[in-house]
Amino acid sequence: MRVLYFAWLREKIGKSEENLSPPAEVLTVGALFDWLSARGPGYAAAFAEQKLVRCAVDQEFAGPETAIAGAEEIAFFPPVTGG
Amino acid sequence: MTRIIVQEADFDAGVEIARLNAAGVGGIGSFIGTVRDSGGLAALYLEHYPGMTERAVEKIVRQAQARWPLLACTVIHRVGRLLPGENIVFVGAASAHREAALSATAFLIDWLKTSAPFWKREEFSSGAAEWVAAKQADEAAARGWE
Repeated sequence: MRVLYFAWLREKIGKSEENLSPPAEVLTVGALFDWLSARGPGYAAAFAEQKLVRCAVDQEFAGPETAIAGAEEIAFFPPVTGG
Repeated sequence: MTRIIVQEADFDAGVEIARLNAAGVGGIGSFIGTVRDSGGLAALYLEHYPGMTERAVEKIVRQAQARWPLLACTVIHRVGRLLPGENIVFVGAASAHREAALSATAFLIDWLKTSAPFWKREEFSSGAAEWVAAKQADEAAARGWE
């Protein structure tokens, strides 16, 4: 799956996107969040505060319980601040 | 007519308001958000999520159209590096009567602030830069429409 990072998550992780194949037991957004947090110091810093991270699965806002099976594009980003 | 545009270029609010004046329109509401010139701000950088942004804005516009009898609606959001005083966003709604036009305009900008994937980073003249934190008040304003 394609995983995208925006704003300060992108800066802390040091990339805007990557192709990842998480292990089979990673079934939800929450589990993906935990799995990504353990990938390195940049990821740990980006995912340090769960309440400051939002997610979208295939371009729809998604909560931690959302299943990721079959998802093509998952994005992590801070709470939005447009307008 | 619905126009949803995400672009780096500026917009002409007068031209956009004129476009909203279609047959049957009796009132046009509009909101223009600009880069506030305060506290040594050198520029505001707007990042977005291409693809999802347009989908999210379309969803908000559809909700406004379901709620009020709108004859035309425009949302233009700029991205990239913007200087103090420059335009950021244009929201316009046209209807037969003022109540729908004004309410829909307020609804659109309130939801745009909390439900469309845009992020602002402030760049200061000192060289420092900081991502803007989401405001509780914005969330409360959007929830007020539920």
